[in-house]
Amino acid sequence: MGRIVIDQVSKSFGDVEVIPPLELLIEDGEFAVFVGPSGCGKSTLLRLIAGLEDVTGGKIEIDGQDMTSVPPAKRGLAMVFQSYALYPHMSVRKNIAFPLRMAGLDKEEQERRVAHAASVLNLSDYLDRRPGQLSGGQRQRVAIGRAIVREPAAFLFDEPLSNLDAALRVGMRLEISELHERLGTTMIYVTHDQVEAMTMADKIVVLNFGNIEQVGSPLELYREPRNVFVAGFIGSPRMNLIEGNEAARHDAHAIGIRPEHIAVSGSEGDWSGVVGVSEHLGSDTFFHVHDTGVAETITVRADGEVGFRHGDRVHLAPRQDAIHRFDAKGLRI
Amino acid sequence: MATRHSRSAARIMMAPAVILLLGWMLVPLTMTLWFSFRKFLPLRGGDLGWAGLENYVRFVSSSSFWPSVQATLTIVGGVLVVTVILGVLLALLLDQPMWGQGMVRVLVIAPFFVMPTVSALVWKNMFMDPVNGILAHIWKFFGATPVEWLSQASMQSIILIVSWQWLPFATLILLTAVQSLDREQLEAAEMDGAPSLKRFWFIILPHLSRAITVVILIQTIFLLSIFAEIFVTTQGSFGTKTLTYLIFQRVLESQNVGLGSAGGVYAIILANIVALFLMRIVGRSLDA
Repeated sequence: MGRIVIDQVSKSFGDVEVIPPLELLIEDGEFAVFVGPSGCGKSTLLRLIAGLEDVTGGKIEIDGQDMTSVPPAKRGLAMVFQSYALYPHMSVRKNIAFPLRMAGLDKEEQERRVAHAASVLNLSDYLDRRPGQLSGGQRQRVAIGRAIVREPAAFLFDEPLSNLDAALRVGMRLEISELHERLGTTMIYVTHDQVEAMTMADKIVVLNFGNIEQVGSPLELYREPRNVFVAGFIGSPRMNLIEGNEAARHDAHAIGIRPEHIAVSGSEGDWSGVVGVSEHLGSDTFFHVHDTGVAETITVRADGEVGFRHGDRVHLAPRQDAIHRFDAKGLRI
Repeated sequence: MATRHSRSAARIMMAPAVILLLGWMLVPLTMTLWFSFRKFLPLRGGDLGWAGLENYVRFVSSSSFWPSVQATLTIVGGVLVVTVILGVLLALLLDQPMWGQGMVRVLVIAPFFVMPTVSALVWKNMFMDPVNGILAHIWKFFGATPVEWLSQASMQSIILIVSWQWLPFATLILLTAVQSLDREQLEAAEMDGAPSLKRFWFIILPHLSRAITVVILIQTIFLLSIFAEIFVTTQGSFGTKTLTYLIFQRVLESQNVGLGSAGGVYAIILANIVALFLMRIVGRSLDA
């Protein structure tokens, strides 16, 4: 079980309010991702849930019990840190067994659970090595192993993949998702990478300056961003945001259109401009189009085989039903 | 230093330093070895010729030899225990955020800058003096009889004085080690259910092992040869005659350079035995 209720929780460091009072509910078994730019308070929020920071106000409930002032070890949560925080002087086996040893489990039970975790995470061959002898991905798995053996009510991940190289990150992303399917335990995952958020989450919580901007499933956020910030943050490449005359034509202060919702051609379209840099990914090509008269740069996603070059004049046709409209306060209309 | 040319250039440039250091070390060592085989009594006829192993035999068969070895090892061991334990505790304390942290750190380091002779004199006359010392006044305030520190508890007193001098060194090195500990490791241990004492035992102490090794090795080198503290306080009486002090007495008080030099060679041997044991016991933590 792992139903986490955050009720009017706030946090200040001295006079600086990092997190204004906020409300959030994470259901049992859910994979929740906190995402936002750096300094938005997502890690602080995670540490508040973990108990590594004291809340300034409000209440944290785990499985219906008030855990606000319960020490971290007693909350039944396990955390995976950004630096993995493995104990360098202990073997992998001892690292994974450490929480069990602290809980005073007998040797056989410790051994059984470590063996189980190691087989789940493909670590059986490395149990007697030191963390210093492992690769980044293996260290990550040891850190997860140390979390699994405690059989926690929820896992907390604090940017666990940011120290890995790109290829490994994709692999670990899949492994963590797979692990979540298998264990069915609540997971809270903090990241600044919206791709990780989109691919892994059941529920995304977008944070900015400590405020929750929007909570929803990845597709909800993609289809109906509640405000300009979420619109710009979710989706890759970023949504084109256009203000001024073109927006006024749609009765809005600003409009947004995603690069994938603009058709590019040599002959027809509402807007026209000159191709700047084009990024060829093989499957897709991203064109950065300048001098359109509506915005400084418009990013367009086209098929990989579309062959416009730097300096070509192109026409852009935004899909009318995919235009997002925002008012002067940045809220969705 | 990739090419052959740059390698030979490097050798030439390092040569002066190497030669100087080698000479610095080899000349006294050779002279000590030479004198240890001579009968050399400066005030009683000077160099009286070859003595063979006589000096070596006399030095060991003296009744003061083994007690002096024991005294040396007791002082080294005692100071190491005190400075390492208190050093770890002080380092942990100084790592806590507190008001006036910079000032406190400077004050903690201060004893290291006091010359051994001066600190021994201060301790002897201002603290441990049975009539005028602060400790005597405190004892009297509580109605107790003042302790004659340097005669009744001579060994403990010297260990106390030397520890006071070396504690800043240990604290400083251990403090930097404490500060280099990854905070996330402590937080992970906290989440794993380790209360603060267990966090100290399982996380902090193993992390400090390398720094502790450095402290032990460096201090041992210097402590094996402490002299001023004994010269100023007990003059080698009350069981505080270390090997170094014994050599000093042989050379300067008995005016027997040959005998003292033989003692010096024994001191080198003792230092090597101690170093060998230390490397066996604690040296392994330097590898990792």
